[in-house]
Order: sequence, then C-alpha cells, then structure tokens
Amino acid sequence: MAAELEVIEQQIAAMKEQLAELSGRVQENKLSTVVFSGDLDRVLASFIIATGAVAMGMEVVMFFTFWGISVLRDKNKNAGEKDLMGKMFGAMLPKGAGSVKLSKMNMGGMGTTMMKTLMKKKNVASLDQMIELAGELGVQIYVCEMSMDLMEFKREEMIDYPNMSFCGVAKFLEEAMHSKIQLFI
Amino acid sequence: MSDPIKADKVMDLKGLPCPMPVVKVSKGIKEVQVGQVIEALTTDPGALTDFPAWARTSGNEILKTDQDGGVIKIYIKRLK
Repeated sequence: MAAELEVIEQQIAAMKEQLAELSGRVQENKLSTVVFSGDLDRVLASFIIATGAVAMGMEVVMFFTFWGISVLRDKNKNAGEKDLMGKMFGAMLPKGAGSVKLSKMNMGGMGTTMMKTLMKKKNVASLDQMIELAGELGVQIYVCEMSMDLMEFKREEMIDYPNMSFCGVAKFLEEAMHSKIQLFI
Repeated sequence: MSDPIKADKVMDLKGLPCPMPVVKVSKGIKEVQVGQVIEALTTDPGALTDFPAWARTSGNEILKTDQDGGVIKIYIKRLK
C-alpha cells in the first residue's frame, strides 16, 4: 500500500514538472511587435495593427528599439546634460511623432507634408493620435535600454505614456515566446 | 422580408477609416448588455470584411449588413 502511494506521488511530481514546462510554452492571445523603424509610414502601420489587435481582444506589447525610439521623444521636453556626441545625435534624429518622415517619397520633407495633408483630409488618425489611443487601450510599450544608452536618449525626454517601461532583449523574447503573433517592423 | 432589427445603441462612425470603426465598436460593445444590439454606421468599405473578422474573433455576432449608397449599416449582437 505504501509502495503504491509512493508510485502515485512520484507520478504526480512528474506531472507537475511537465505542467510547469508546458505553461511556459503556452501562447497567449497576445501580439508582440518590434518597432525598429523610425519612419512615419512604418510606425503608423505598427500602431494601426496594435490598436486593431486590442479591438480583436488581444493583449499588445510593442518594443521600440533603434530608430523607432525617436518617435517616443517629447519635443517639449529637455533631456538635460549630454556630451557632444549625444547632443549631435539628439539634434539630428527626429524628436517625436510629429517630426518623423516617410520611408519613401520624402522629397526633402515635401512628400511627408503632402502625406500628412492627405491623411487629415481623409480623416486618417495622425501618429500622435494613434499613440494616445494605444495608451488609452492599454497597449504596453517597452523601450530598448541599450539603444537609449547608445543614442544618449534620456528617460526624461520621453513622452508621457501610461504604460511605458524600459527593458532589454530578454524581456522582448519572453513576451514573443508567449505571443501568437510577432512582428518586426 | 424580415422584421427590422431594433438597435439598443447606434454608433455613427461615418468618415472614420481603418482601424477606428473596429476599435470604437470594440469599446462600444462593452457599454451594452449581453444580448443587446449595436447598429454601426460606417463609410469604410473595409468594414464589410473587418467586422465579420472582428466578430468571429471576439465572439460576437453580425446579425445583418445593409448598404445604402456609401453608408454601410452593420448590426452587431453582443454575445459575451
């Protein structure tokens, strides 16, 4: 009797182990995107997919890295002390959603201005509006710490977004592993 | 000829392009009770494929779709 009990206990322990391993692999109803690009068109597409995914009942996590981070800078905020390279980078890179350009047909800014006029005319939400909407809908934004450091962006110069935190690649991979959909934009 | 559907809430989404119609209805459906119906008015032709896709995924039901000129009328029943 005691031997039987021991066997059952061993089986339960083995099952618990398997269960723990399996739950680590379960895909949640989640979308993970990497926003690498800092182009107006690509970032806009990222936010349209993200807000659409929330409407479809999904949880959404966006990882901003490299050029993408420029979009999250607040044009009205000051970063404080930076060294020369940091200052140069800061000045050369777009500051915020209002100053990013199209990936094609920018034509010295003319193409982007035309596109924005068209978007307004056709009632397409601006990038600023899409970011605000994403915030309202609970889209989580993670910002790559390494890129922040590399480009000398400071946390103080980022927009006020309700669910924004800073992370490294492992956090993205953990989220991506548990997501049904992963996109790199 | 079936009886006209009685809507519990009307959402005027005319002039709003993708993704707004679906985003707004997904918010609006939480403001009606299960079993109640939303009448969504949209001018986005993409809505004809988007709303059925949204309903299948979110577990709600499209009761009827009408098209009158450029305006599309979609009746959505909250199922859960």
